[in-house]
Amino acid sequence: MSNAVSALQGAEAHGFAIVKEAGLVGMVTLKTDLGAAATKKAVKSAIGLDMPEARRMTGEGLGKGVAWMAPDEVLILCDHAEAYHVVAELSKALAKSHHLAVNVSDARAVFTIEAPDVREVLGKLTPADLGSLQPGEMRRSRLAQVAGAFWLKDNGHATVICFRSVAQYVFDLLKTASKEGGEPGYY
Amino acid sequence: MSHRLETHGRLIDRASTVKFTFNGKWLRGHLGDTLASALLANDRMLVGRSFKYHRPRGIVASGGEEPNALVNLGKGDRHEPNQRVTTTELFHDLRATSQNHWPSLEFDVGAINASLSRFLPAGFYYKTFMFPRAFWKHVFEPVIRQSAGLGSAPHPETRDPDRYEHFYAHVDMVVAGGGIAGLISALAAGRAGKRVLLVEQNAHWGGRAPVDGDVIDGKPAGEWVKDAVEQLEKMENVTLRLRTQLSGVYDHGYALAYERISDHLGEEGAPRHRLWRIRAGQIISATGAIERPLSFPGNDKPGVMLASAVRDYIVNYGVTPGDRIVVVTNNDDGYRTALAAHEAGVGVACVVDPRPEVTGALPEQVRALGVPIHAGSAISKVKGLKRVVSVRVQPYAEDDGSYEEISCDAVAMSGGWSPVVHLWSHCGGKLNWDEAQACFSPDPDRPPTNQNGEGFVTCVGAAAGGLRGDVAAASVAARLSALGIDAPAIPVDTPDEAPLAPVWVMPVYAGAKKRSKMWLDFQNDVKVSDVMLAAQEGYESVEHTKRYTTLGMATDQGKLSNINGLAVLAEALDKGIPQVGTTTFRPPYTPISMGAIAGEARGEIFQPLRRTPIHAWHEEQGAYMEPVGHWRRPYCFPQGSESHEDAVKREINATRNSLGLLDASTLGKIIVKGPDAPKFMDMLYTNMMSSLKPGKCRYGLMCNENGFLMDDGVVVRLDEDTFLCHTTSGGADHVHAHMEDWLQCEWWDWQVYTANVTEQWAQIAVVGPNARKLLEKLGGMDVSKDALAFMEMAEGKLGGFDARVFRISFSGELSYEIAVPASQGRAFWDALHEAGAEWNATPYGTEALHVMRAEKGFIMIGDETDGTVIPQDLGLNWAISKKKEDFLGKRGQERTYLASEDRWQLVGLESLDGSVLPDGSYCVARGFNANGQTNVQGRVTSTYYSPTLERGIAMGLVHKGPERMGETVEFNTVDGGRVQAKIVSPVFFDPEGEKQNV
Repeated sequence: MSNAVSALQGAEAHGFAIVKEAGLVGMVTLKTDLGAAATKKAVKSAIGLDMPEARRMTGEGLGKGVAWMAPDEVLILCDHAEAYHVVAELSKALAKSHHLAVNVSDARAVFTIEAPDVREVLGKLTPADLGSLQPGEMRRSRLAQVAGAFWLKDNGHATVICFRSVAQYVFDLLKTASKEGGEPGYY
Repeated sequence: MSHRLETHGRLIDRASTVKFTFNGKWLRGHLGDTLASALLANDRMLVGRSFKYHRPRGIVASGGEEPNALVNLGKGDRHEPNQRVTTTELFHDLRATSQNHWPSLEFDVGAINASLSRFLPAGFYYKTFMFPRAFWKHVFEPVIRQSAGLGSAPHPETRDPDRYEHFYAHVDMVVAGGGIAGLISALAAGRAGKRVLLVEQNAHWGGRAPVDGDVIDGKPAGEWVKDAVEQLEKMENVTLRLRTQLSGVYDHGYALAYERISDHLGEEGAPRHRLWRIRAGQIISATGAIERPLSFPGNDKPGVMLASAVRDYIVNYGVTPGDRIVVVTNNDDGYRTALAAHEAGVGVACVVDPRPEVTGALPEQVRALGVPIHAGSAISKVKGLKRVVSVRVQPYAEDDGSYEEISCDAVAMSGGWSPVVHLWSHCGGKLNWDEAQACFSPDPDRPPTNQNGEGFVTCVGAAAGGLRGDVAAASVAARLSALGIDAPAIPVDTPDEAPLAPVWVMPVYAGAKKRSKMWLDFQNDVKVSDVMLAAQEGYESVEHTKRYTTLGMATDQGKLSNINGLAVLAEALDKGIPQVGTTTFRPPYTPISMGAIAGEARGEIFQPLRRTPIHAWHEEQGAYMEPVGHWRRPYCFPQGSESHEDAVKREINATRNSLGLLDASTLGKIIVKGPDAPKFMDMLYTNMMSSLKPGKCRYGLMCNENGFLMDDGVVVRLDEDTFLCHTTSGGADHVHAHMEDWLQCEWWDWQVYTANVTEQWAQIAVVGPNARKLLEKLGGMDVSKDALAFMEMAEGKLGGFDARVFRISFSGELSYEIAVPASQGRAFWDALHEAGAEWNATPYGTEALHVMRAEKGFIMIGDETDGTVIPQDLGLNWAISKKKEDFLGKRGQERTYLASEDRWQLVGLESLDGSVLPDGSYCVARGFNANGQTNVQGRVTSTYYSPTLERGIAMGLVHKGPERMGETVEFNTVDGGRVQAKIVSPVFFDPEGEKQNV
């Protein structure tokens, strides 16, 4: 859809970390019995990935991934334009099971952070224990005063998801937290 | 005079010069100086005035416990009052001014209070300002406000230019204090593989040991410290922070540390302060001890200092407060100051010691140097106004009439040491009274406990009560092994010390006059006589005495005064010190900056601001925005110099006559799906939702379990087991949480999933007689009356946009609310304006929305409801199902008071003169209530000027209102007047609904 734009349309900030808004990202919330064979099959067929273990994710992340969000909820990451199809496929495959598959792509904003150690930025905003956070672990937490979820690819790369309405707030938070001279030097 | 020595000064760089100003005068110091040492080096003994009597005040201490030497620091936007000179590191161009005096530090008119001191006793405020009652507001309060405070507060419009931040750290162990005990602890825990954070409030490691000359593990303390820090720096699992104070300990191992990152640099770039928010498995308090002053007459004069501070200044900074020092001490440790002074070539006039026999190793060394020791003696007078000139030495225990005047220019006092038990005590760690050392020590058997009932704070070193170096070091191994951490026993060589004499007042026989010259709290001017007076007046609790006398209530929170004060109280009450107990230790340990507490939350990111996909357009149009929860919504769109009132009128008229557009994206949208969704919906809403057909809309009310109206909105059934619940803008998160609460806690076995998709959709209301024409022009969907009737929804492509079209109306007009994915929201809004130009498509704001709904008599949550209103009060009985067995709120509404006919109920109100009734105005009734207030029988809930009807309209709750149609009642106005209004139907406009139903 040519009319579609992300909340901040690729805004960037450069400090001791580089913060970028990731543009349009496809996201589908699936709530259902995650352990059921039908669910695993449906997810595999919709996105080609296995169901993740608790708190983990499968796939590459943005564009293609399945992230565990709660005992009965996963977040499926896909191309923005594909989200409708993923919802439709899941709904069809799970028609006989109690489930909720819903496109939430536009309810969110996504940022990527690159830094020598991104935990030096995130550690100023989230009370989550970043020292024990494993790469590929989806962490639902908060960023200062709003809800936020994030995962690390490695200690140099993080992806942050927040609600679309607070995209500017979260961008400004990340920008402020990564200003030169503010490296805590902890990690 | 106080001056810089030729030798000593292990912390300063003598090659450097740092220029700074004090009260406008340029002075010089060295890198490594504190402001305190630099002031002393420049013979600035007098640095401030006390709070109550404006007594001359000099520097007393050398650390965070300093009560006297507080200054205004910085200028302009960076001005900050009450900064301790002892903890302020000197930097180039530092600007300090002294506080609490007028017109000048040297000559202070307020000092007249001192001569009035007999009229300003303990409890002065309570005794004086009670009567006459009327004096409080006009005389006492203004006078008190004028004289209150020490430093000058920044201008209210000042904006702090610095930046601050928080940082979260999760560690196995945080060690507070980088002295010997802290370093040993960190080394042991680091070697055991623990994640360790070691913080030290000062700019140097090692604490007091390098000054006191302890020999650790065969090495001089300074060398041992250097080695230890080097080892720690190599450990990847250990983080070291100087200038970082563990300020507070909170429940469950949570602790706050206050890092001063760039204060000492005097330049911009880095954040100024960082507040560490720490989750620690174990908190090690290696916070050392604080020396106590002695209470002798004149102990507050500039030049009287703590003995430890005197030797700190000599050893660390090469500065002496005088050329001829008198040491007064009740313990052997005080003799270290005599030794240090002598070694630095500073004259020691004598040592005054109240103990009858003085034979310890340290006193013997002093004696061997030829320094006279006056055993069994006390200081009974200090001469000199703005600095010490001489002291009078008399027998301590009994007055035999003899005395000796000893000239000196500084007095070093030591009343013994108190472990810093603050961190131990913040969460309830208990203390024991240590008779031998005359101090409170942590009781290791009664620690503050965590969620598992286990202690989570461990004191080590002097903070644990080991006031001698060897005992302190030994305590680390013992305490850490209790935590399962092996710490090597590190030998510390330190001379034997004889027991101290617990001396709380000297001399013993001092009368009332002398006791009124013995300062306990230097900052707040609380003296021995004040505490004794409080006891005499019946104050037995130490907490009450504290508040009555203001002992320990100054910015230093009684670090020097508490123990002395409560010992005096105990003596006056003839009780034991442990029976009197301490006051409460509360965080932070020393004041921390407001900026650090706020962290990043200031300016643009003070609080999150929620923006719709169309927000930027509103701002570009110069919309006047109003807060709705964290959202900002356009109140109206003034054009040019148009007033808000006129803008609202124009927007309403354009909408009612042609076409209006509203950004309704903030509307809450929650999906409820599952086999049990219909049953769940019937419980959530007061009306029947399970009977709704797919593709249809129904207005619904949601109550809490008490029956009060909580939220409302249009419910859409998307398919057999999926509902879309629209909520109010501010209520979406709360309603979603409410749903999940019931699903997770009560109806956990119901098969229902919910999702808050509020932000997935941009929602735009297309409203007015030309609404359909606009949608038809965009094309793609059949929006005719037959294809899409009132209260129906359809999904499709509208003008190329993925759209859900709901035919619902909150204005009484022909109206469609169209939801498109948020990413397409702005483009859709632009497309509507472009296509709608021929009908003068007019954006309208929340005020026009409110007025139009009021013209139709539609209620607004938060206006017509306030948490005490039930749907029946609002004439919404039609929306309460009689058929349903149960719904949330049903039983609540059956309570007699709510079920009563005798309630205020919703009606329309028309002022007889056409004016707009005041918002919140009361409908007055006859007579007065028991408080002499006018009786009332109702109130205005919404009131507006209606451009459609060209008059004021209002809705309100009036006692049995609907039964009183046509009756005229009176409403009060702010200026005491009355307005007459007629009770009418709340539906003012198009009661048959003909306009919306076309």
